[in-house]
Amino acid sequence: MNIVACVKQVPDTEAQIKVKPDGSGIEEGGIKWVMNPYDEFGVEEALRLKEKNGGEVTIVTVGPARAMETIRTALAMGADKGIHICDPTFDGADAYATASALAAAIKGIPHDIIFCGQRAIDDDSGQVGAVLAEFLGIPQVTVITKLEFAGGAIKAIRPIEGAQLLIECPLPCLVTAQKGLNEPRYASLPGIMKAKKKPVDVKDAAALGVTVTANAKVAKFIPPPARAAGKIICGDDPAMKAAELARLLREEAKVI
Amino acid sequence: MAKGVWIVAEQRDGAFRKISFELAGTARKLADVLGEEVCAVLCGSGIEGIAGQLGKYGVDKVFVADSPALEPYTTDAHAVAVAKAVKENDPAILLLGASTQGKDLSARLVGKLATGLATDCTDVKIADGKLLAIRPMYAGKCFGEVVFSTFPQMASLRPNVFPAVENAKAGVVVKFDPALDAGQLKTKVLEVQKDTSGKADLTEANVIVSGGRGMKGPEGYAILEELAAVLGATVGASRAAVDAGWRPQSDQVGQTGKIVSPNLYIACGVSGAIQHLAGMSSSKIIVAINKDAEAPIFTKADYGIVDDLFKIVPEFTKECKKLLA
Repeated sequence: MNIVACVKQVPDTEAQIKVKPDGSGIEEGGIKWVMNPYDEFGVEEALRLKEKNGGEVTIVTVGPARAMETIRTALAMGADKGIHICDPTFDGADAYATASALAAAIKGIPHDIIFCGQRAIDDDSGQVGAVLAEFLGIPQVTVITKLEFAGGAIKAIRPIEGAQLLIECPLPCLVTAQKGLNEPRYASLPGIMKAKKKPVDVKDAAALGVTVTANAKVAKFIPPPARAAGKIICGDDPAMKAAELARLLREEAKVI
Repeated sequence: MAKGVWIVAEQRDGAFRKISFELAGTARKLADVLGEEVCAVLCGSGIEGIAGQLGKYGVDKVFVADSPALEPYTTDAHAVAVAKAVKENDPAILLLGASTQGKDLSARLVGKLATGLATDCTDVKIADGKLLAIRPMYAGKCFGEVVFSTFPQMASLRPNVFPAVENAKAGVVVKFDPALDAGQLKTKVLEVQKDTSGKADLTEANVIVSGGRGMKGPEGYAILEELAAVLGATVGASRAAVDAGWRPQSDQVGQTGKIVSPNLYIACGVSGAIQHLAGMSSSKIIVAINKDAEAPIFTKADYGIVDDLFKIVPEFTKECKKLLA
């Protein structure tokens, strides 16, 4: 089975995000970079599929030089090889451009199933998986929490508002991983050693024959609106404080 | 020349989802600035009869694709149908809901229509005749102003943020043939397991009562369930509580869980780790109940009580019961 897992390097969830004074982006100094948590679920599921059915897992990323660490992390978990799409023209690329690059790279290799995270926790766009599936002309099942493979098709659980869907889809297809799909493994020390020798192909936009455009572009980054200081309800008696809270929510905030 | 503001209306089992009216009201506002029409695309089976309801919320024209292959929703069928209507009519702006269905569909349409999309927007406006979409990034740790260089300019709108304003227009229903080819329809919904609790999903809830590590264990949530029952609220949890196995994954609020925007968010025993704050800071009113006065959750709270939640919450539930009786 030929399995592809797309990953992205993102700031850790504990990172404080500061907007540059000119609004052109975020300050990257001091940020700890990690594999997007949703992509980790995808890599883990890819490895489990391979362990059960045989085959190979290829990791693909679009990102600057530092994103190589994320490929190595996935290789250390057990993936076989990597493709690093690295080109300064991809800075600020939108989902369309990123998916174009991924599609160009993945078209060149056999692919039965492709994993993406359901969204990256930096831009929170949640688009790349679906756009990539469209470019490859394959069906998608997004935001899944369970996956089974049998008889050339997958069955996946997709939670929606107030229900869960059981969806069947033939291969080749693309799925996007949601928390709950699995518990990603940690890289072992021998895994980390082996990862250093696994092949990673580095490609730029020209090598892939893609030009980068941004159909949708973040023209300006802005800090979140500040919330006015809140009221702390003081007193010694829990019942009185609770009553005051109820009164404020009813009469002042008008939300109950 | 691309013209008009379009929405993709969302229905399930023949009833509109609330987001459809939020989309219609927002589209009307944008279209009035531009002096253009609002059109909706509605896909499903046996839904022609409900299409006219959109007129009440400011829709001039509803393009309806009615086919058994469009129910239940699959990406394959709906993306083909919506793309066809859009290509034939060339709208300037296309709005969808940032619901599970809208997110799935809008992203596929980006590929099909070769355009750009701003996901999960909390504000949209017209600037210099074009769409300017404002959206949280890094789960709300910062915001981005998105501009477009292609048409249609697409945005998905966060549920529960935009008002569904009534503004009666004709709502003329126009049927179109989605031209579905069975060979394109690869995915199949085998089963729909409905949640029978009757609670709103966290992403759609008006009131959320959320518990963190301070709940001390799964049994601690009983008092939150009681409060939620009185307020008609949905119970949420922090990552710490979910990772400890106290609550199911689907209850998690935060950067790696659900991003929520209720009218009222009551955080009990939630310290307010940055990744949790990121997931709930677009709530309209935030209440924090925590015995640690230094807990970061208080920096976001509109109202706070520094005390033992196990003493406060049952009293608060009693008070709410009285008020709502």
